[in-house]
Amino acid sequence: MPLLDRTARSFLLLEILSGMAITLRYFFKRKATLNYPYEKNAISPRFKGEHALRRYPNGEERCIACKLCEAICPAQAITIEAEPRADGSRRATRYDIDMTKCIYCGLCEEACPVDAIVEGPNFEFATETREELLYDKQKLLDNGDRWEPELAKRLELDAPYR
Amino acid sequence: MATGFFATDFGILILTLLKSLALIVPLLIGVAYLTYAERKVLAAVQLRKGPNVTGPFGLWQPFADAIKMLFKETIIPDGSNRYLFLFAPVITFGLAIIAWAVIPVNDHWAIANINVGMLYLFAISSLGVYGVIIAGWASNSKFAFLGAMRSAAQMVSYEVSIGLVILSVLVCTGSLNLNAIVLAQRHIWFAIPLLPMLVVFFISGLAETNRAPFDLPEGESEIVAGFFVEYSAMSFALFFLGEYANMILMSGMTTILFLGGWLSPIPFVPFTWVPGPIWFILKVAVCLFVFLWVRATLPRFRYDQLMQLGWKVFLPLSLGWLVLTASVLEIFGWLPHA
Repeated sequence: MPLLDRTARSFLLLEILSGMAITLRYFFKRKATLNYPYEKNAISPRFKGEHALRRYPNGEERCIACKLCEAICPAQAITIEAEPRADGSRRATRYDIDMTKCIYCGLCEEACPVDAIVEGPNFEFATETREELLYDKQKLLDNGDRWEPELAKRLELDAPYR
Repeated sequence: MATGFFATDFGILILTLLKSLALIVPLLIGVAYLTYAERKVLAAVQLRKGPNVTGPFGLWQPFADAIKMLFKETIIPDGSNRYLFLFAPVITFGLAIIAWAVIPVNDHWAIANINVGMLYLFAISSLGVYGVIIAGWASNSKFAFLGAMRSAAQMVSYEVSIGLVILSVLVCTGSLNLNAIVLAQRHIWFAIPLLPMLVVFFISGLAETNRAPFDLPEGESEIVAGFFVEYSAMSFALFFLGEYANMILMSGMTTILFLGGWLSPIPFVPFTWVPGPIWFILKVAVCLFVFLWVRATLPRFRYDQLMQLGWKVFLPLSLGWLVLTASVLEIFGWLPHA
């Protein structure tokens, strides 16, 4: 009687009704949507967001212009120029990241021997012009100052897995 | 029944205009909020929240959409038939509104309580295909043309079974007057003895209004947006409104033919106090929810499946049920002699 069975099923709309029962159940379920600008999801300490250049607690900038990040950057988004400073220490005179080129792979962060360049938790840095996304050293240092508490915490949380 | 000023010819004209206004304004608001309800229902089924930013619970969304539509540019494609192109959405929208003239929302609350009401409705809903065909032809685009052809074939096919379903209701009432059809359901709604016909009618209604799962005329994945690909701004909005007004009309017809129109579902005191229009609106809302629910559930039919369902299943089924209904009425002597 498979024919009769099949015919009865299709004429009684059994499959369609069971499908509709499922959608009705979902209709009353809790919604998965996050009200984004008002509600935000938790992000991992490894989240790769906007870049920042960090400083030592005494205010000295960490970057020693070794150019490892520039070398490893697969998108060639980083440009560094270095010169000895008056006190003889080697420092970057120019540290530019083209955020429009960056692919947020995090290799610069991994290459850095002094934890100077890091990718922070901030992902809301959209701008109205392209030029604003060409970050220079000052902008990156400012980011570092702004996000330092969170950056330090994230590095600490992630340290056991590095 | 009207006296004084409203008994004169001019008075009747004014009265009819006022009645039309009293019908069209709530209808348009209903259409606007149907689009909102659709987005909310689809969102809820997909575990999303839907529009919730403009106003409380996103309730101003339909007006925001309307304002956007108003301020956009109507693009008339090169090589299109300009006048027909602009006329087609007007037909679609106009017909969807005109049909409401005979729908009674309460006892004798219809703009025109005519004795051939059902025939009028059927005629108007059959004309709906012209808007689609003209749009597809005047756009001078192959996608629009394909959509229009699909739509024409689909609407014509399902009209046949809708006609037979309506006939099986009519043999039970013995009247084409919509008011009389509703009153014939005082004791039992036709949804109960004619349940299979209700299902056939509703599914054919889905096909007739080009709704999912029979939305092949739009068929985004194949022909972009079907017959209204080339439309923008207000002309698009008119199509959109017409389509949703047609959905409400179909729900209204289902309500009147099968769900006892404005009659209270439970004929006892606390329920009979509720005014008829409220029951009517509630029933229409339930039908509309099923429209949206079906859209959220079912994927689109293939074209041959659509035709097979229309001609090989619904047509014989509704014809058989019509014969059965008529036979039962004749054998038991229940035929109405109106």
